Amino acid sequence: MNDTVTNILLVGVGGQGILVASEIISEALMLAGFDVKKSEVHGMAQRGGSVVSHVRFGAKVYSPIIPEGEADILVGFELLEAYRYLPLMKKSARIVVNNLRINPPSVSTGKETYPEGIDGKISKLYPDSIFIDGIELAKQAGNAKTANTVLLGALSALSGADEEFWLNAIEKMVPGKTLEVNKKAFELGKNSIA
Amino acid sequence: MREILSGNEAIARGAYEAGIKVASAYPGTPSTEILESIVQYENIDASWAPNEKVALEVAIGASFGGGRALAAMKHVGVNVAADPLFTLSYTGVKGGLVLVTADDPELHSSQNEQDNRNYAKFAKIPMLEPADSQECLDFTRLAFEISERFDTPVFLRTTTRISHSKSIVRTSDPVTGLPPAGLERKAAKYVMLPGNARVRHRIVEQRLAELAANAENLEINRIELRDISIGVITSGISYQYVREVLPKASVLKLGMVYPLPEKMIREFAGKVSSLYVVEELDPFLEEQIKCLGIDVTGKSVLPICGELTPGVLRESFRMEKPDFLEIDRLPARPPNMCPGCPHRGVFFSLNKLGAFVTGDIGCYTLGFMPPLSAMDTCVCMGASIGNATGISKVLTPGDQKKVVAVIGDSTFLHSGMTGLLDMVYNKAPATVIILDNRITAMTGRQENPASGYTLTGEETFQVDFSSLVRSLGVKNIRAIDPYNLEETEKAITEEMNRPEPSVIITSRPCVLIKRPGVFKRGAPLEIDPEICKGCRECVKLGCPAIVWQTGSGGKGKAFIDTLLCGGCDVCTQLCKFMAIRATK
Repeated sequence: MNDTVTNILLVGVGGQGILVASEIISEALMLAGFDVKKSEVHGMAQRGGSVVSHVRFGAKVYSPIIPEGEADILVGFELLEAYRYLPLMKKSARIVVNNLRINPPSVSTGKETYPEGIDGKISKLYPDSIFIDGIELAKQAGNAKTANTVLLGALSALSGADEEFWLNAIEKMVPGKTLEVNKKAFELGKNSIA
Repeated sequence: MREILSGNEAIARGAYEAGIKVASAYPGTPSTEILESIVQYENIDASWAPNEKVALEVAIGASFGGGRALAAMKHVGVNVAADPLFTLSYTGVKGGLVLVTADDPELHSSQNEQDNRNYAKFAKIPMLEPADSQECLDFTRLAFEISERFDTPVFLRTTTRISHSKSIVRTSDPVTGLPPAGLERKAAKYVMLPGNARVRHRIVEQRLAELAANAENLEINRIELRDISIGVITSGISYQYVREVLPKASVLKLGMVYPLPEKMIREFAGKVSSLYVVEELDPFLEEQIKCLGIDVTGKSVLPICGELTPGVLRESFRMEKPDFLEIDRLPARPPNMCPGCPHRGVFFSLNKLGAFVTGDIGCYTLGFMPPLSAMDTCVCMGASIGNATGISKVLTPGDQKKVVAVIGDSTFLHSGMTGLLDMVYNKAPATVIILDNRITAMTGRQENPASGYTLTGEETFQVDFSSLVRSLGVKNIRAIDPYNLEETEKAITEEMNRPEPSVIITSRPCVLIKRPGVFKRGAPLEIDPEICKGCRECVKLGCPAIVWQTGSGGKGKAFIDTLLCGGCDVCTQLCKFMAIRATK
């Protein structure tokens, strides 16, 4: 194992299951033998606000938050939020985005408009960006609420841990009755990248 | 065992391993999960107190009885607990006592960013500051040992980034062989009248000197010598940023931030060419080090306000920054009250009536945001009522009518009751609205004396607000359904016009309460696009489920996201065209 630390930034909207997803990622990476740190802010941020979770792994991790401009992988659970956090990414970063639009309050009340063509703006800066229809794949898996697991599947194809660790982590973190649906969602997400 | 734990979970684990008997707290971000996590361990009496002062007093009692005890609170909670705290310093402990203060640099979820390290110096109590979850566990155990060895309460200070970050932790078995609890009469130590307290003060000063001497050999204070051209004295989360950004620098890592190890600091200062202190918020270490006559650079290059980050540190040390991408300006995404939130109709009515609203701490503080825009002050827990009393004392009778205090159930029980007593006793004519949603919602739905359940989920006595405020002397009390806009507006109007104190109590529970039968979700609503005239009345509620869509020709219509809608029916009452109805 070399000294490099890999930085994953997960962003989206409160209520999308981002904190659970980052729990599963951290657990999987710990099982794979890495030092892992993750950081996020609870409280005020959870009432439908913008949510950010930092996950860092490697031989030894110091700061739990990713130094500005050094994130390697962005998992965007929502288009506008994905675009908002691009300035934190490395120039060489990999970007995975859920093709979903959730209006912020100022857009819902008609004060501002949701920027058009966000996917195009992201692709312009990061031509290799991957867009995933998370909710569509989650429905195929059997439950629209597993979109966050679909995104984890996609992420697993980009990160350094073997599939068994991911599945072990999912088994540990999701309720038993939804386990099979979540495993299916994970596979669909993973295959969507391959 | 290896586990990945948050700082708060690791503190709970450490307290369990230290053999605590009692844990008490009032919820407050970022401290809340400590008590929520302690519940999983056996043989610990863990409870939510109505406020932080009571939580600390419960812990003090347990300690006097000979059991190890922990109290946990957010930084501003220590202000509430400060009265017992300062005298606790004099009495000392019997069973070890640890007070966790979880500070919130950057104000992620707070009304100020005070640096509670100052309390350690002010109250003459030692303070440990962990830098990751493993240290949260280890330092908690150590804090109990220090507490008993030096007969002192001990502070454990975290910040949001320590409490809410997760890292890998090795756990151990709990300690065994702690002495049994039991009554001990020792008035000279535990009865703080002037004669006794004068004697105890001398003991406190002696204790501080002994703690400082002990700090020189404390393992958690350590010198890491690397490149000696730069030496950094640091602690807590700042240590991690220093290691990240200045990996070659020599470091004096302080695990105990008060009292400081003078000899160790002099030794370190003598070994490095240029000396820095890297700390968040106040120059707490810097000022003490400068008082030793040591030349050190700190806040002349580092900010006092806000959190440190690796980027802030790079900038302070004038290091190269990555060139950031430029992106377009985007609509912000602030937090909002949930769809179906029972507070929404109340704030809508307050806005409509032009009330001057003295606010308080909770989800409902979001009532200040547009489009509801119905909060004019917010100071601290319970302040709404005292503020309303005070402001009405300087106004003309005409303006007095406009003053309305709003306060949640948990906040009222925390520190609103005495304010209301004062309002009645001293005849201020303001109106108080108790937003009773039966839960401490903002911090993540914790039980309180009005919810009918304890921290462990056991059923218990449930406060009846109406009888409570009646016994405080309020004559004009009415309960309203905040989902009924006409009733809500009528009640607020009448009570605002009444030249006497009055209390309105809202009756709907928080939509996030999971216990069956408390919150009943109505059928989701929809808007008939054929009938909607685009008048925007419903949009003024700021409900996340109601979405404005601009149509062709600039004329727009409102739509309801049926997945989000809680079916509260408030918007239905605003639609003059009867376009909103339940989905079939």
